[in-house]
Amino acid sequence: MRHALCAAALAGFIACAATAAGKPADQAAPLGKRLFDYHCASCHGTGIGNPGAAMKPGTDALRVKYGGELPALLSERTDLTPETVAYFVRNGVSVMAPYRKTEIDDAQLAALGTWLSRNNPDLKRR
Amino acid sequence: MPLPPNVSAAQWQEALAAFRAAIGEAWVYTSDEDVGLYRDAYSPVWGEEEERLVSAALAPRTVEEMQAIVRTANRFGIPLFPISTGKNLGYGGSAPNLSGSVIVDLKRMNRVLEVDDRRHFAICEPGVSYFDLYRHIRERNLNVWIDVPDPGWGSVMGNALDHGVGHTWYSYRDHFLSHCGLEVVLPNGGLLRTGMGALPGAGTFGDFRYGFGPYVDGLFAQAGFGIVTKMGIHLMPRPEAFLHRRVLVSRRQDIIPLVDIANALEDAGLIGMPLYESPMFHAQFADPALRAIAHAPDVWNGNAIDRYAAEKGMAPWQLGLSFYGPEPVIEASWQHARAKFEKAIPGVRFEDVETLRFPLDEAGEEAVQHKVLTGIPNMNIFAIGARSQTNPEPADGHLLFSPMIARSGEEVLKAQRIFTEGMRDMGVDYPDAYGPFTAPFTWMPRIFALTTGMPVSRTDPAVNKASRETMRKLIELGARHGYGEYRTPPLFQDQVMGTYSFNGNALRRFCETLKDAVDPKGIIAPGRGGFWPRSMRKEG
Repeated sequence: MRHALCAAALAGFIACAATAAGKPADQAAPLGKRLFDYHCASCHGTGIGNPGAAMKPGTDALRVKYGGELPALLSERTDLTPETVAYFVRNGVSVMAPYRKTEIDDAQLAALGTWLSRNNPDLKRR
Repeated sequence: MPLPPNVSAAQWQEALAAFRAAIGEAWVYTSDEDVGLYRDAYSPVWGEEEERLVSAALAPRTVEEMQAIVRTANRFGIPLFPISTGKNLGYGGSAPNLSGSVIVDLKRMNRVLEVDDRRHFAICEPGVSYFDLYRHIRERNLNVWIDVPDPGWGSVMGNALDHGVGHTWYSYRDHFLSHCGLEVVLPNGGLLRTGMGALPGAGTFGDFRYGFGPYVDGLFAQAGFGIVTKMGIHLMPRPEAFLHRRVLVSRRQDIIPLVDIANALEDAGLIGMPLYESPMFHAQFADPALRAIAHAPDVWNGNAIDRYAAEKGMAPWQLGLSFYGPEPVIEASWQHARAKFEKAIPGVRFEDVETLRFPLDEAGEEAVQHKVLTGIPNMNIFAIGARSQTNPEPADGHLLFSPMIARSGEEVLKAQRIFTEGMRDMGVDYPDAYGPFTAPFTWMPRIFALTTGMPVSRTDPAVNKASRETMRKLIELGARHGYGEYRTPPLFQDQVMGTYSFNGNALRRFCETLKDAVDPKGIIAPGRGGFWPRSMRKEG
């Protein structure tokens, strides 16, 4: 079979495609969740790492960093704010490199931050 | 951020206006905040005078926009540095060779133009990542696999053009070898297609790489002769099954027959990438006695390692073998391989690591142990440098030294000793420093890479200084013994090219002659590959 694909900008890719693991995207999911699955879950999601590693590298790094005081999974955190998320996406940390605006633009970054901070009780009170 | 060299402030503003007119204001990045995102995140000169900084970044969407950018750059004499997704971490990231260059960020050119699962190729634009191409294939249930490098977020095209590598059959994991056909914007703004792309209406861009006449594709990899905007790549038909089996040996010298047999199996097309490891590498950090053995001056005779191996039942070397194809066929190949090892290596042991049948469902795919061996893109390699139980205070990245050595056990043992003693003479020691348990990487077919990584820091210049000095000394040490790098950050490209010095650096001088003819102003990535146009050469 030959397949010629529609032109798809990055946002279009995310909207009509799937997660980084190749799973079908949940079209009903918020944009921030879809962005997380596309850009972040391959390091910060659930699942195993390379042989001998029970977790993906970002998840394991946060497990060790916080020693159980905070969830290892970013998606389960209740202390994140959009500002915190934006800082780490644009500056990187440790071996995580920053993301450029051609990868995650400012509007997408805001959506990602909103989703990752959805469980923060302080923000709900704002 | 710096201006491009030899461009006045007024000319710069005029050029930026032309760039904005060509591609739209939103896609011309000039603020420090935006342009700073193109610094090499793993720079070993972070914040120092030597760091390669860029003046602006442009993100075109089409080939026509790209041509307009190049013509404007020509008009003002502005050097451009193209990136596809700009990862390449450990080998320079997105940093140019020349400070003040303008980055051309091709991430927005992200179309998978074609995947053919009967003739087994894809044609992609630069911004397509391995994740993107994998997803495209999976969503359509196409009967092809891709070959992936360790991090899956990089560009299929950019990786090939950096001579990047993967993990399956030899003909797919050398990504430049597997590419087929390029479309290139030349330094004068003209458009070139290579191979069958040069024949209008051919329809075989992704099939036949040579076309007619000189094969010029190599000029567009690790070099600045043009900006590639489209690339074909050969793909592997999806196999029915995958076997991964492990061979364990009990003596250090067993690496010699181990490599000989693996070479014969691979070169006959019976196995994919041989995966060499030493279980003693990680074990040495848990057992001070083994660490002491590794650091003893007489470790090289192998006696202490062999005694430890016998006492603990731990193999000094193990080899992972990957088989792809119909299950009865690959089971027979495995039995053939097993018999070869049994005959040649007394005491050899075997382990069944993994058996997979395709296609896998979602859960099956997630459970695959070493995903890159089956073409599943992922980011698990970042565990090597990320914070973990055994690495609680990680560095901010690494600088990679990748010398190529001949594919024999004798050469592994020899090169291990040369680099280990060399590093110890330099007085440096890192967790990944060379030692008797350093195993060769086999990403590139028919050659071994004895790669090591040195730490980099965004806050401690002393760490970076030590790593830079070590890197320069390792390049020099390797070259003295005939070991050359296959890839290196811009900071070291002049030095590495200088080591390829046969006949008065004839290779570099030939590249300079071509550069002077094709790109005399140095519009496209001057310095990339360790050669410069006359106007920028030191003697000029």
